[in-house]
Amino acid sequence: MIGFIQQIRRRTPLGWLQLTKQKSRLLVAISGVAFADVLMMMQLGFQSALYESNTRLHQNLNTDLVLINPQGQNLVNMSSFPRRRLYQAMSVEGVKSAEPLYVNIATWKNPETQKETRILILGFNPNKPAFDLPELQQNLNKIKMPDTMLFDEASRGTYQETIAKVAQGETVNTELERRTIHINGLYKVGASFAADGSLMTSDQNFLMLFPKKSASSVSIGLIDLEPGYDPQQVAKSLKAYLPSDVKVLTKQEFVEFEKNYWSTNTAIGFVFSLGVTMGFLVGVIIVYQVLSTDVNDHIGEYATFKAMGYSHAYFLGVVFEEAVILAILGFIPGVAVSLGMYRLTRIATNLPMYMTVARALQVLILTMIMCGISGVIATRKLQAADPADMF
Amino acid sequence: MLQSPVIDIKHLDHFFGQGQLRKQVLFNINLEIQAGEVIILTGPSGSGKTTLLTLIGGLRSVHDGSLKVLNKEMCNASAKELVEARRRIGYIFQAHNLHKSLTAQQNVQMGLELHPEYSVAEMRSKSAQMLEVVGLGNRINYYPEDLSGGQKQRVAIARALVSHPKIVLADEPTAALDKKSGRDVVNLMQKLAKEQGCTILMVTHDNRILDIADRIVHMEDGQLSNANLQLVTAG
Ligand SMILES: Nc1ncnc2c1ncn2[C@@H]1O[C@H](COP(=O)(O)OP(=O)(O)OP(=O)(O)O)[C@@H](O)[C@H]1O
Ligand SMILES: [Mg+2]
Repeated sequence: MIGFIQQIRRRTPLGWLQLTKQKSRLLVAISGVAFADVLMMMQLGFQSALYESNTRLHQNLNTDLVLINPQGQNLVNMSSFPRRRLYQAMSVEGVKSAEPLYVNIATWKNPETQKETRILILGFNPNKPAFDLPELQQNLNKIKMPDTMLFDEASRGTYQETIAKVAQGETVNTELERRTIHINGLYKVGASFAADGSLMTSDQNFLMLFPKKSASSVSIGLIDLEPGYDPQQVAKSLKAYLPSDVKVLTKQEFVEFEKNYWSTNTAIGFVFSLGVTMGFLVGVIIVYQVLSTDVNDHIGEYATFKAMGYSHAYFLGVVFEEAVILAILGFIPGVAVSLGMYRLTRIATNLPMYMTVARALQVLILTMIMCGISGVIATRKLQAADPADMF
Repeated sequence: MLQSPVIDIKHLDHFFGQGQLRKQVLFNINLEIQAGEVIILTGPSGSGKTTLLTLIGGLRSVHDGSLKVLNKEMCNASAKELVEARRRIGYIFQAHNLHKSLTAQQNVQMGLELHPEYSVAEMRSKSAQMLEVVGLGNRINYYPEDLSGGQKQRVAIARALVSHPKIVLADEPTAALDKKSGRDVVNLMQKLAKEQGCTILMVTHDNRILDIADRIVHMEDGQLSNANLQLVTAG
């Protein structure tokens, strides 16, 4: 190791010197890498913003652990499991409460347009709200009244008038599953992949709406822990204790579970991966162009160095040195520009576009690989450096 | 004192091409060169001088006959052995082949980097010294593009000699230079070689510099004539 460091110290930084001698070419290369980085960052940013914004309901769940039927696929496709499991869970150490959340998707009449639309209905114990939303706290007494519901003001669709009316304290009536319901409160979560909008109500109201559903068939179990207990640890005990007809997830795992469903069962993941791949390829092509032109320009010098006794590996080292330098130098402005673009996108679209260290690292690694691939292709040109041609 | 020759060539043949196109360019070459000799190799164009030089320098592989450089057999040497052999030899080409992105000093340092016995500080001081010796002490931070042809060739000489190789191979080092700079360059080579006790094998068409040779070897159609006979003593 010490030997290696000494070797590095002795080595003339040929790649660096070659790159910096030709300022304009270096500038092109850096912009190319930065451009590729911005493309990749934007795609990854959009993707995760989309996943984030579509799992807000999950993220706002007022719970530590979640129980679901292992057959369940996503929020609106939750096979139910027996409520008995919740009572059983109560006897596990660390569990403070276990409450059912009932979920169903149904058709309602848009109070404004009178058009039939699909909407997500969430029913839970009003004394133990399933979601951690300030507006919900204030409206809990309302949903205890029959057929009364709260509406998500960030739902997709034409609801402006409805929202305005409810906000002013009026009650808006409409039809859901052939029952008349009253909306007299609002909360803000946002549309998701699964549903354009949602309604929240008490478990009692929920079961009245759907007579085929029974209180003993739970869609999602919400488990609150006593303070000081580690969710992972309790999840383990629950898994060991409960029969295998329920799956135990932490809240974060439940969010991932939903993201995973949509990324594997829709083209969303593919579309964004395609975007990232495009950025990656653009980068490979630009960096390859720069590196191979550089190798071509120095082929005579390389042949001379070979005649002096430098091995082929030395020049591979030079090309990779250049690749790494370009990756790093391009990455820095790439991140800077992406941060600006994220901000603009946040302002323009309200999407939660935020840079994370993980994403920056991911793109840095992709950039390294991108430049590495370009380097590998460019080194093929080194074969042309034949010292026997030098005399 | 009888020393083994630094270059010892016996029955060396060389062919280019394969099958039907196979063409012999060197025929039964025999040549011994002693340590410290300055040998000039002359001969008409296409006679095989460069080919012989590249074989001695380990730039091509030898397949027929025997070629010993510093007591190492080059015939059928592996690629790795060839690379090692090259490190023991200094080269001066017709074109200077300096690296455009490196300063004069960095170029000279490239001749030392291959030899792990030199520390970074030594490499720096030795390369500066060597440039001083070739008369470019005030130009060590110049890039090749800012140097004249003769100056570049002198940097190339410094690069070839800085690691004190036992053998220097030069192929028409003065061809690209005017009369005066050409003369300066060979004088410099000769002086340094004598000081360092190194052996020079130089190909040249330039009759004006034949006088620096201890011995002149003539090549014609791939064969050496008068080898070891014509002895010109200089200095
Ligand atoms: N790579 C090669 N492939 C095939 N033939 C070659 C190759 N290199 C040289 N030759 C042939 O070998 C012969 C000797 O060439 P060489 O370059 O050694 O001549 P030379 O004596 O150095 O000539 P000059 O004085 O013009 O430099 C020539 O006939 C040349 O055409
Ligand atoms: Mg020649």
